Amino acid sequence: MADVIVAQDLEKRFGDFVAVDRVSFSVREGEVFGFLGPNGAGKTTTMRMIQCVSPKTSGRLEVFGMDVSTHPAEIKCLIGVVPQETNLDPDFSVQENLMVYSRYFDIPAGTARGAIDSLLDFVQLSERKDTSIEKLSGGMKRRLILARALVNNPRLLILDEPTVGLDPQARHLIWDRLRALRSRGNTIVLTTHYMEEAAQLCDRIVIMDQGRILELGRPQDLVRKHAGGDIVEADNKPEVLACLGRLGERFEVAGERVQVFTSQPREVTAAILKECSPVEVVARPSSLEDVFLKLTGRRLKE
Amino acid sequence: MSWPGLLSPPTLTRRTLKVWQRNRDVFTKTFRVNFLPPLLEPLLYLLSLGYGLGFFVNQIQGVSYPRFIAPALLAISIMNAGFFETTYASYVRMYFQKTFDAIIATPLSIEEVITGEILWGATRSVINASIMLPVLIVFGVVDLPISLVIIPFAFLAGFLFASIGMCFTALTPNIDTLNLPTFLFVTPMFLFSGTFFPLSILPVPIQVIATAVLPLTHVVIITRMITLSQVTPAILVSLAWIVMVASVLFVLAVNLMKKRLIV
Repeated sequence: MADVIVAQDLEKRFGDFVAVDRVSFSVREGEVFGFLGPNGAGKTTTMRMIQCVSPKTSGRLEVFGMDVSTHPAEIKCLIGVVPQETNLDPDFSVQENLMVYSRYFDIPAGTARGAIDSLLDFVQLSERKDTSIEKLSGGMKRRLILARALVNNPRLLILDEPTVGLDPQARHLIWDRLRALRSRGNTIVLTTHYMEEAAQLCDRIVIMDQGRILELGRPQDLVRKHAGGDIVEADNKPEVLACLGRLGERFEVAGERVQVFTSQPREVTAAILKECSPVEVVARPSSLEDVFLKLTGRRLKE
Repeated sequence: MSWPGLLSPPTLTRRTLKVWQRNRDVFTKTFRVNFLPPLLEPLLYLLSLGYGLGFFVNQIQGVSYPRFIAPALLAISIMNAGFFETTYASYVRMYFQKTFDAIIATPLSIEEVITGEILWGATRSVINASIMLPVLIVFGVVDLPISLVIIPFAFLAGFLFASIGMCFTALTPNIDTLNLPTFLFVTPMFLFSGTFFPLSILPVPIQVIATAVLPLTHVVIITRMITLSQVTPAILVSLAWIVMVASVLFVLAVNLMKKRLIV
């Protein structure tokens, strides 16, 4: 399948600060591609370069085969953007927001009206058509922004933290809508720091930190590669650590806990319980979050 | 961006007008509120200054005081409409509402957004002049039909003040510092541009400064020539000044904004 986005040695500097450090990746048509990373990893900057609103410093970046620096208007016609910040127009109602936005894409008012009705239906906001923006809840605002990103019927949808700050119901509704879009053949690129969101939605992900891509692949492959099958956790006490050493288990200290990556969780759990007398032991399948923390570190990124 | 970069002309398409349309739509939604200031302003000034203070003023340069200040009231209203639209109002849209960010995610460019904002500022000047003029006509202090020319002229003058305002918006660190150009630039202009007394009574150096750098001076010269039916070829000098300064500041405003917003 054709590549929708191709980035080669893509770099973005703000003065001396390197926000995106010569990254290369490509997004295939019809896939959901996720950018994971701590705050300041360069995810949003990468999104903004793809959206043609922030010029790249160097490297190659093509969207639908067009260079972002020379064809911004053409590219922006084909993409829909859900920004991190809620930037709905507070001077207009729900429906007016979409009408005014359609006009920016040269969509005739008649065509837009019909499309907007079905979009509001799609994001379950039909009853709020004439509501002013301030009266919407956080979840409704995010859904309206999703609808707004779809007014031009985009082939590529870019979402920067689409569900940040939402309650579980609102988040699941957005996920559900994104899956519906994917099944219609839309290509979706999103950033998130919710591991569950990435695991639930993405066909492939990259993990970014400090402007670099640390890993690229399918979520389940990355889990297998970096975290093995399962994790057994026990409390981080000197006795337990010494005991694990005697048992010959490979472990990592993670805050108040110590983690053993293993393919035999039952045996390891039993051994720890028997030999190390811990306060508590938990065995669980390893997840993307384990991979993420392993690759980007547990230190706060501020 | 270097200085030559700040003067490079923007690339614009017809989409620029979409920004103008957006602002027009908001304006028409709240029309009743927007209608009042330009209607009340000339009434208040005419009554207090024109007829109140004017009671003690016989004539200035052969015309009654209300007729002397009427064209200045138009010019001031044109200035305020254009300047405040692209300072406080644009700043709110840019910074607090993130409207510009939302628009540049569509095929529009930042150059088109800023140009649309400035064109809308100029339009606000036209609207203000059009609401004010009938009031002045009712008071019989402007000549007809020549004074109707003020309406198209308000667009040019408004474009100048909107461009000036946008330059300040591009440079201001926050919304509070926008008070500086208001107090240090707009208020002196309001008082020292031949508005309420002729420039000729001021010391020559101040006259020179007022004519060289205060845009309102030229706007008042033109509106006064028009409303008093005293048009002389000197109007061309002021027109040329306005066109030249407006063109340069418009290009500067767009590039300064681009520098501020495109990172």
